[in-house]
Amino acid sequence: MLIKTKSNVLSSEVTDRAVFESRREFIKAATLLSAGVMLPISGDAETGKNIGPYSAKLQVTDREDVANYTNYYEFSSNKKDSTILARALKTKPWSVEVAGEVEKPGVYNLEDILKDNPVQERIYRFRCVEAWSMVVPWMGFPLGEMLQRFKPTSKAKFVEFTTLYNPEIMIGQRSNGLDWPYVEGLRMDEAMHPLTIMATGMYGDVLPNQNGAPLRLIVPWKYGFKSIKAIVKIRFMENMPETAWHKSVPEEYGFYANVNPEVAHPRWSQSRERVLGSGIFTPKRNTEKFNGYGEEVAALYSGMDLKKHF
Amino acid sequence: MLTGKKGWAGLKIIVFLLSLMPFLLLVNDAINDQLGANPIETLHFSFGDWALRFLCIGLALTPIKTITGQSWPIRFRRMMGLFAFFYASLHFLVFIVLDLSLSWEAFKDEVPKSPYILMGLLTFLLLIPLAITSTKKMQKRLGRSWLKLHRLVYLAGLTALVHYFWLVKLDYTEPLIYAVVLGALLGIRIAVYCRKAGNLFEP
Repeated sequence: MLIKTKSNVLSSEVTDRAVFESRREFIKAATLLSAGVMLPISGDAETGKNIGPYSAKLQVTDREDVANYTNYYEFSSNKKDSTILARALKTKPWSVEVAGEVEKPGVYNLEDILKDNPVQERIYRFRCVEAWSMVVPWMGFPLGEMLQRFKPTSKAKFVEFTTLYNPEIMIGQRSNGLDWPYVEGLRMDEAMHPLTIMATGMYGDVLPNQNGAPLRLIVPWKYGFKSIKAIVKIRFMENMPETAWHKSVPEEYGFYANVNPEVAHPRWSQSRERVLGSGIFTPKRNTEKFNGYGEEVAALYSGMDLKKHF
Repeated sequence: MLTGKKGWAGLKIIVFLLSLMPFLLLVNDAINDQLGANPIETLHFSFGDWALRFLCIGLALTPIKTITGQSWPIRFRRMMGLFAFFYASLHFLVFIVLDLSLSWEAFKDEVPKSPYILMGLLTFLLLIPLAITSTKKMQKRLGRSWLKLHRLVYLAGLTALVHYFWLVKLDYTEPLIYAVVLGALLGIRIAVYCRKAGNLFEP
């Protein structure tokens, strides 16, 4: 589909679904092989794909788990139901409106955006505010590079993203709860950070609808709800945008939403996380500050009281 | 209609096995790796749901008797109550053994930060004396105070509801359904009580 045109990943480099689905055996074989020749296993050896920078060498979560356990309140608050209901969404054609403090506003076809932004793979941890986590090989491109092409003005201090509003298909939008459409935002320096990507695929394939097709944000050091799905609008702003969860429950969900084990959610601890795919008797993992990306991003928040700006 | 000791015993076995079905199905799913992406959560939530459902069923039997005039539903009240306790115990055990991995450190960190977990623990504590005193022997021994003690079940229903409402992120549909059911079951009792109390003052 879209991402495969003009991508710098050759189709020959993309792991076959059959190969991917037998990756457990493949890894086992690779482990044995590398043990034999005394070579360390690298991310490349595991998937044979062209992996972008920052890709952590982590045990990737099974695709089935990632594709069947999604929070997508536009469809349903039930993770299984939203997966099924999201099938009704048509992601072609798709356009993105660019507005606000920017020199090149307009409505851009997704194809044109993708032409300018070749995709690469990024294997990131994904930590939900509900204290579960997974590791996903996203396909995408740096958000900063995309935003630069629209030439934000000096007044642009924040970026606001908006999800599609279509209550006929997105039946969860018919009821209240959140103030639809879903809106998220980043400070400009967060948006420009090389870790932040726009994702168009995962596991070497296009994004499934329930995972945010055709275009979603991925900010790996923040709780998952920041990583807004099915984006139709990007607005550059001088002031901090009001975001969906913050608007609905301001005392529980902040604008920053950085993963932080030291700051509990008012109703539950954030010290630990259930890693999807881990065994039933495996203890939870200790959550890392900034989801383990502190070395890259902690400087963005130096001098800020993260308990206050949660 | 079934009559005789044998008939009732047979019916009780059938109801018992039916009540055990949710547990057996979940065990079957666990063995076959069919519990989804987050198996611990699936077990945890399912057991919690069934505890609440059996609490509702148990509390529905007296109103059914009141409305229909049939006394046979009361024969199943103890079993339904004990199944509520059975599923509540599994819900609690999944939390302690699987979710917290029996770690005291995790318990100390996670439980006090979480009002809904505290409310859940309180609910479980309220159910324990009811389960212990559920036998016929205890019922006889405690006499009138048995009735008073077992009124705790209303409080447990209420704290279970609060536990559910507090853990929900946004969508209150499911706890609201239970609230309506429990509210109706309690409402019928209050109505009956008021009518009886009213009758006392009538000639």
